[in-house]
Amino acid sequence: MADAQVLTHRLRDALESLDRPRIEELFRLAVGRQAPLQVIENLIVPALVEIGEAWADGRVALSQVYMSSRICEELVARLLPPSVPVRKGQLRQAIAVLGDYHLLGKRIVLSVLRASGFDILDYGRMEADELVDRALADDLQILLISVLMLPSALKVREVRAAFEERRRPIRIGVGGAPFLFDDGLWREVGADAMGRNAADGIAMVRRWAGEVSS
Amino acid sequence: MTPQQRVQAAMAHRQPDRVPVFLLATMHGAKELGLGIREYFSRAEHVIEGQLRLQAKYRGDCVSASFYSALEAEAFGCETMFIEDGPPNCAGPVLRRDEDIDRLRPPRVIETPGLLRVLEAIRGLKERLGGRLPILGSAIAPFSLPVMQMGFARYIELIYEQPRRLARLMAVNRRFCVAWANAQLAAGATAVGYADPVSSTTIVPRDLYLRTGHRVATSTLARIKGPTAYHLASGRGLPIARDIAATGAVAVGVSALDDLAAWKAAVGDRVTLVGNLNGVAMRRWTAADAEGEVKRAIAAAGRGGGFILADSHGEVPWQVPDEVLLAIRAAVERWGRYPLDWTGG
Ligand code: B12
Repeated sequence: MADAQVLTHRLRDALESLDRPRIEELFRLAVGRQAPLQVIENLIVPALVEIGEAWADGRVALSQVYMSSRICEELVARLLPPSVPVRKGQLRQAIAVLGDYHLLGKRIVLSVLRASGFDILDYGRMEADELVDRALADDLQILLISVLMLPSALKVREVRAAFEERRRPIRIGVGGAPFLFDDGLWREVGADAMGRNAADGIAMVRRWAGEVSS
Repeated sequence: MTPQQRVQAAMAHRQPDRVPVFLLATMHGAKELGLGIREYFSRAEHVIEGQLRLQAKYRGDCVSASFYSALEAEAFGCETMFIEDGPPNCAGPVLRRDEDIDRLRPPRVIETPGLLRVLEAIRGLKERLGGRLPILGSAIAPFSLPVMQMGFARYIELIYEQPRRLARLMAVNRRFCVAWANAQLAAGATAVGYADPVSSTTIVPRDLYLRTGHRVATSTLARIKGPTAYHLASGRGLPIARDIAATGAVAVGVSALDDLAAWKAAVGDRVTLVGNLNGVAMRRWTAADAEGEVKRAIAAAGRGGGFILADSHGEVPWQVPDEVLLAIRAAVERWGRYPLDWTGG
């Protein structure tokens, strides 16, 4: 255990400083010792979680978060062919940018979720009505929404209202700058949870999968 | 004191009669005129009239001639998408491939209708106000503009992986930024806000900033012929507070996520601090919340001058009601009178 933690911290440091040779070395070391899924579970995901949390606290910068998530996505792709479903008991889930043109937050969350072995549809950017139609058509159980602007955050209300009207208990998880500046906003717009970083996205999706299966 | 004298005293780190307050409502003028946001920004006269009415209503210590950030991306060919209840956004990148940077040329201010509208608004405001109230212009930093020119993800990759292309892009953007800022000063702007959120520690770590955004800022600000306010647009900046103070800017916008007193301690009287009310949360403030927040900020940074109360982004969201802005204004009247004995200093 302690050993795994040391490795996680080392990987985190290497990712933060974008030290590619060191990242490769740590990756090889882990792959030599553990099965692919364990490397993801015990090394890559915890390192990404630590980096995400450090960003939310202002200890690392977004550029480091983004580059780390991109590198980890590559590492995971090398471990697992993309078409093989890795995790059991996953819910039908998707992520979208609502209303505005800022795709980076979603991209990071998506790549961290995928790097963690979660299967999740990418809806790209959509307006509220389009998003509702698509979510219903895909019979989603979880919808993650990312926004940059306050007016877009307020549109989550419309999505929630449309789901309620059709009595569809789709869980909505939100994230993005407006929610970071106003910590009561996610409740106000009818979301079920708010994530301060991509790591919170993992926690959300895991928790809901557990609730549904139990 | 006129607002201009009040702001000048504060910026000289002397105590004016009271803490100056900037209520930077760029869009609220549309409500005053009964116009949609798109229509409002389509004519300089609207913005002139809107800013004057807002000034009469809130009695803030400046007027703002900023329209919206996507305007500068428009100059490079980006398309702007308007919405009904907030600022428009740049709809997508124009530099679709990295090689496009190699051929990029700075657009000319006089050939860009949107920018000419801003200059017309500045001239109109100057005509109506004379030297009584500061008129604030704004320009996006060369280091922050690429998010709109090429998309955020690709830009971060460029920063890390293609230093020579980055240098070329910075050179083009700097030429544009300097020309744009100087045109606003020539039209009558008192100072120019230098919007550089990508340099905030929210987005890049300090060591990278010192090699990139900081150098770009120092060389850009040196060519701008008037006072500049460095704005991180509510990105965090405490770890680079002293670095920013060394860029040549006379003021700096502080994030609601940063500790204002710690900023004051870090920069002393080298720059004037502007901030740091939380504009996003402001929408739901009661009068008592507003008063509490105003007191907090003044107590943290008001003493000895060198402080202007404002929101932390440099733009109050459309959703913030008049009552809140008026409550902020009333609280400044009540708690902002120097010598601020109540702060215990
Ligand atoms: C850098 C920045 C800019 C840059 C780049 C913005 C961009 N991406 O296009 C520039 C200079 C271009 C800019 C301009 C503008 N900006 Co700006 N900007 C910022 C700043 C400092 C950081 C935003 C950012 O890109 N962060 C990086 C991304 C990746 O972070 P993120 O989206 O938050 O995502 C992370 C987490 O939130 C989380 N997350 C995100 N989504 C989700 C979803 C789920 C499910 C989960 C679990 C987690 C999660 O994980 C991500 C990774 O850790 C913020 C203030 C701040 N401190 O955050 C203001 C801010 C976003 N800007 C704002 C505004 C208003 C604008 C403008 C509209 C201003 C104007 N009037 O023109 C323009 C729009 C420009 C455009 N795109 O057309 C406002 C938006 C709120 C509001 N008032 O409506 C903010 C919040 C400032 C403020 N406090 O008011 N801006």
